[in-house]
Amino acid sequence: MLIETKGLKKTFKSRGKQVEAVRGVDLAVKEGEVFGLLGPNGAGKTTTMRMLSTLIEPTEGHAVVCGHDLAKESAKVRRDIGYVGQAGGTWGEVTAREELVMQGRLYGMSKKAAQARAVEVLESFQLGEYADRNVKTYSGGQKRRLDIALGIMHQPKLLFLDEPTTGLDPQSRAHMWDEVRGLRERGTAIFLTTHYLDEADALCDRLAIIDHGEIVAEGTPLALKKEVAGDVVAVGVADRAAEAQELFAAKDFVREVEAGEPDPATGVAVLRMYVEDGAAALPELLRGLDAAAITPASIELHRPSLDDVFLKQTGRSLREEK
Amino acid sequence: MKTIRDTWLVYSRAMKLNLKQPVWLIVMLVQPIYFLFLFAPLLEPMDGMPGFENGAMETFVPGLIIMMALFGSAFVGFGLIAELRQGVIERMRVTPVSRVALMLGRTLSTVTTTVFQSLALVLLASLTGKLDVYWPGVALMLLIVMLTAFMLAAVSLGLAIILKSEDAMAPTINTLVQPIMLISGIMLPMVMAPQWLQNVADFNPFYYAVQASRDLFAGEMSTAAVWQAPVILGALTIVLVLWATRKFARAVA
Repeated sequence: MLIETKGLKKTFKSRGKQVEAVRGVDLAVKEGEVFGLLGPNGAGKTTTMRMLSTLIEPTEGHAVVCGHDLAKESAKVRRDIGYVGQAGGTWGEVTAREELVMQGRLYGMSKKAAQARAVEVLESFQLGEYADRNVKTYSGGQKRRLDIALGIMHQPKLLFLDEPTTGLDPQSRAHMWDEVRGLRERGTAIFLTTHYLDEADALCDRLAIIDHGEIVAEGTPLALKKEVAGDVVAVGVADRAAEAQELFAAKDFVREVEAGEPDPATGVAVLRMYVEDGAAALPELLRGLDAAAITPASIELHRPSLDDVFLKQTGRSLREEK
Repeated sequence: MKTIRDTWLVYSRAMKLNLKQPVWLIVMLVQPIYFLFLFAPLLEPMDGMPGFENGAMETFVPGLIIMMALFGSAFVGFGLIAELRQGVIERMRVTPVSRVALMLGRTLSTVTTTVFQSLALVLLASLTGKLDVYWPGVALMLLIVMLTAFMLAAVSLGLAIILKSEDAMAPTINTLVQPIMLISGIMLPMVMAPQWLQNVADFNPFYYAVQASRDLFAGEMSTAAVWQAPVILGALTIVLVLWATRKFARAVA
């Protein structure tokens, strides 16, 4: 195990009030895997990551990172991990090469070793062309690549990435996913936070869903989605949503119906239900609506997504949080 | 050993950044140059009067240098705020780099630039032909200037970490530094002040810095201020550097 935590807690004081940002997190991250922490903004993702990367001290709990006790051996932890924060880590009038060499030397490399490693890293992140230009001239994607390059200068066993693709355009985002997969192939384990469902789904070997400072679900994306067995049917109904909900709930093949808040503009409320077989259930449901003379505003049938997992655990949709 | 190596690394990065923007080094000289040419002439008739026994310009220029050290160093926190926002400090805090070095390296780069600015100012002042420069005295005076810059830079970096915003930083620094400057006798020697103000000045560490700079500039090595200033500034510097280092180690930005 690269990370093992027990009851990790962080309480902040804010304007005299105690705020429990993280309330007892138990996590395990294996060697060589991409582990994701998925949750809405303010769920405690970044705080958890900052604790594990030695930036802030946990209020309570215990953690072992790369075989070292987080509280007692933070210096050893630092040597084995890399960290790329949300804000990045470079700025202005320095060049990529200068910053990389500096970074290597901060990890104790000799000047020569750091220079050689910088060339290697610049090459593998396709930054060679811009290596001697000031960082302030970089595009968002180039800067993000440099941030990650800085994080792996010293070849850490474990790399922390805090919201690695937030604010990137779709192309840079796809690029970043490739970088992460490439690092994993070369044996670096990655611990990332994200609030993007597709990112968690596509990139992570395993993930934990965090909400209000607590882990609500953990597993591979596939296993998590399987927990929400069957298909998801979402029917939008204006005005008579409550009536429709009763009608759906009465069907024995419908396991659960959740009613969303009506849209303020159109008055349409979305009713989501989990059914064993969507294709068989849909005509039944529509016949029921027809008999009651309710006209649906929208109909959707899909396989469960991580959002359904989140919805099931927390009663809220992650999409609405944004 | 590691601390020294790390301090050197942080220092050389900070110096490189300074040298890439030489404009700032010159901008910081503009204010003292204004004072030198637009205010100092007002003092010329005071030559030889109480407080100006060493000569008008010989009294004013050392004070002016301390003022430059005060203001120049007090504003280094601004650069740190930008670096905090861009995640540079966070990135460095995750490396095994010595926490003291993160602070010391930056502080020392400020000390270095202040020394060069001081020398430039002394040279400019000597070009006016209105003062005698005693170079060994200037060299010793630079030690006081270095302590002043060291201390103020540490305070400024510590404040930057606490305040985290340029908008809060500017008024805080001004509120802090203006009165310190006014009652340190930089503009006019404190012997001209009423007794109560002189009493207040006795509690201002920079009053001693200005006194010592004037004495050393004139080549007087045996006055009280010459030992008082390094002792007081030195002790305060140690306390404030420790304080700022703690802030650096715990910065939540």
